[in-house]
Amino acid sequence: MAIFRARRVLWRSFSTISSHPLRVCIVGSGPAGFYTAEKILKTHQGSQVDIIDRLPTPYGLVRSGVAPDHPETKNVINQFSRVAQNGRCSFFGNVALGSSISLVELRELYHVVVLAYGAESDRVVGIPGEDLKGVHSAREFVWWYNGHPDGRNLDPDLKNTDTAVILGQGNVALDVARILLRPTSELAITDIASHALTALEQSSIRKVYLVGRRGPVQAACTAKELREVLGIKDLYIHIKETDLKITPADEEEMKNSRIHRRIYELLSKAATAGPSQPSSGQRELHFVFFRQPDRFLESYDKKGYVSGVHLEKTGLKGIGSGKQIAIGTGQFENLSCGIVLKSIGYKSVPVDDLPFDNQKGVVPNVKGRVLSDNSGYPTSFENGLYVCGWLKRGPTGIIATNLYCAEETVASLSEDLELGVLASTTRLPKLGRDGLLQILDNRNVRVVPFSAWERIDKEEKRLGSLRNKPREKLTSWEELLKVAGSE
Amino acid sequence: MSVYTVVSGACEGSLACSTCHVIVMDMEYYNKLEDPTDEENDMLDLAFGLTETSRLGCQIVASPELDGIRLAIPAATRNFAVDGYVPKPH
Repeated sequence: MAIFRARRVLWRSFSTISSHPLRVCIVGSGPAGFYTAEKILKTHQGSQVDIIDRLPTPYGLVRSGVAPDHPETKNVINQFSRVAQNGRCSFFGNVALGSSISLVELRELYHVVVLAYGAESDRVVGIPGEDLKGVHSAREFVWWYNGHPDGRNLDPDLKNTDTAVILGQGNVALDVARILLRPTSELAITDIASHALTALEQSSIRKVYLVGRRGPVQAACTAKELREVLGIKDLYIHIKETDLKITPADEEEMKNSRIHRRIYELLSKAATAGPSQPSSGQRELHFVFFRQPDRFLESYDKKGYVSGVHLEKTGLKGIGSGKQIAIGTGQFENLSCGIVLKSIGYKSVPVDDLPFDNQKGVVPNVKGRVLSDNSGYPTSFENGLYVCGWLKRGPTGIIATNLYCAEETVASLSEDLELGVLASTTRLPKLGRDGLLQILDNRNVRVVPFSAWERIDKEEKRLGSLRNKPREKLTSWEELLKVAGSE
Repeated sequence: MSVYTVVSGACEGSLACSTCHVIVMDMEYYNKLEDPTDEENDMLDLAFGLTETSRLGCQIVASPELDGIRLAIPAATRNFAVDGYVPKPH
């Protein structure tokens, strides 16, 4: 049954494009981009798919987000590189939407443009003191230890304090806590950026607080990651038993969610297992619940530097459909620290000529079809423009979430092709790849094709082998482009 | 990749994803399988269309005892069909 349907779609696509191939440009080479490319290549024989990325290196957050001590999560890169090596697919790195080529130009060059460039900015807490030195976004900190060229100069000070406060309790927050607390001998054999390894080896941080607005039932992390952080050797875990008290509303939430049920069970077990005091010199991880940040405190001795967080105790309030939000109670306390990492969510960045929902931080769309405006009223779709991944759904989910997201977006695309919605564009040939490369060449943009990334890849692996690491990442734009360009 | 290979294995069997999620159609066969480990359950937490008889395909080792087992793939896409096939051992 499935095979017959697939064949019918293929046949129709082929007859629609008869004399010229369907030319698709995907902006962004992370999981959303690659799963979309793979699906389009499979579903539309004869299609030509180009993937552009502003970095010289592909794979998005698989390379710059997944923690260095989670190598198996990066296995999906093997599948993506097979897609890039498909004869009908090309990867072009160092090509930025906006500065290298505009969205309007891409829509002229290609029949279909799919935006999958994710979320490269942060939600702000929006409280006083947020720009004190020592207050960083977790996203930047992750870019820093993962060797992203834009994170290289973060230079977080890990030597002025023994305490770090992380706002948020999602998987990124756990990643950051783990990287701060893991014995550096374990990190030394991963692909962590060497400048970060050096800083961590000299770090004086011994206590990390993970602060959440709500309770253990609402914690945003998932079981595998929580289990891992709770299992770190010789780490003292502290969870207040009173925070584990649950209400009927909490029970209802857990009844409807296996994830939250299992997270609560893990946290409950961890609260009572183990000693009640850390042993001398032992590293500590504290889960702080029901606290929201009111303002960041400035140091008296070091003007302009953070010295702690002023926290407000919260209570939970039901807002219908089983959801509970945090409400301040007017009781406050201070938590001293020398560094704060905000891990409260990523945010997408808009570009010119693209409708954008500033409130949700996504491109307004219906099943991946981009809407012409953000009004919310019935409106038209942007012909030939689609969206996938975090830019479509918001910054949630795991790598595999994009598999289903891409399925949905490509299904919308295929339907549009089948029904002739795109006939006005697909009727005509488009310049596609050749046109793009011509314009970029005229602008002196140093395009990094997949073969050039393979040079970077090979060099990183070679450098890594000298240090018992799977790879030693090149972390500056200059180095990356130099190695990419060397014949 | 054969036309019958519709189960994705993004993490290549290392219990770091849930893309090989399958649903065992018959309780009798589900009960023949070894209980999932904590690690498998952690990944099943994130699987789409999770059911009482869901397992990760990469953790089911084919054996003569499982001959005739019927597995369904969760209806996450329009083109997937419920099919009966025995996963090949690897």
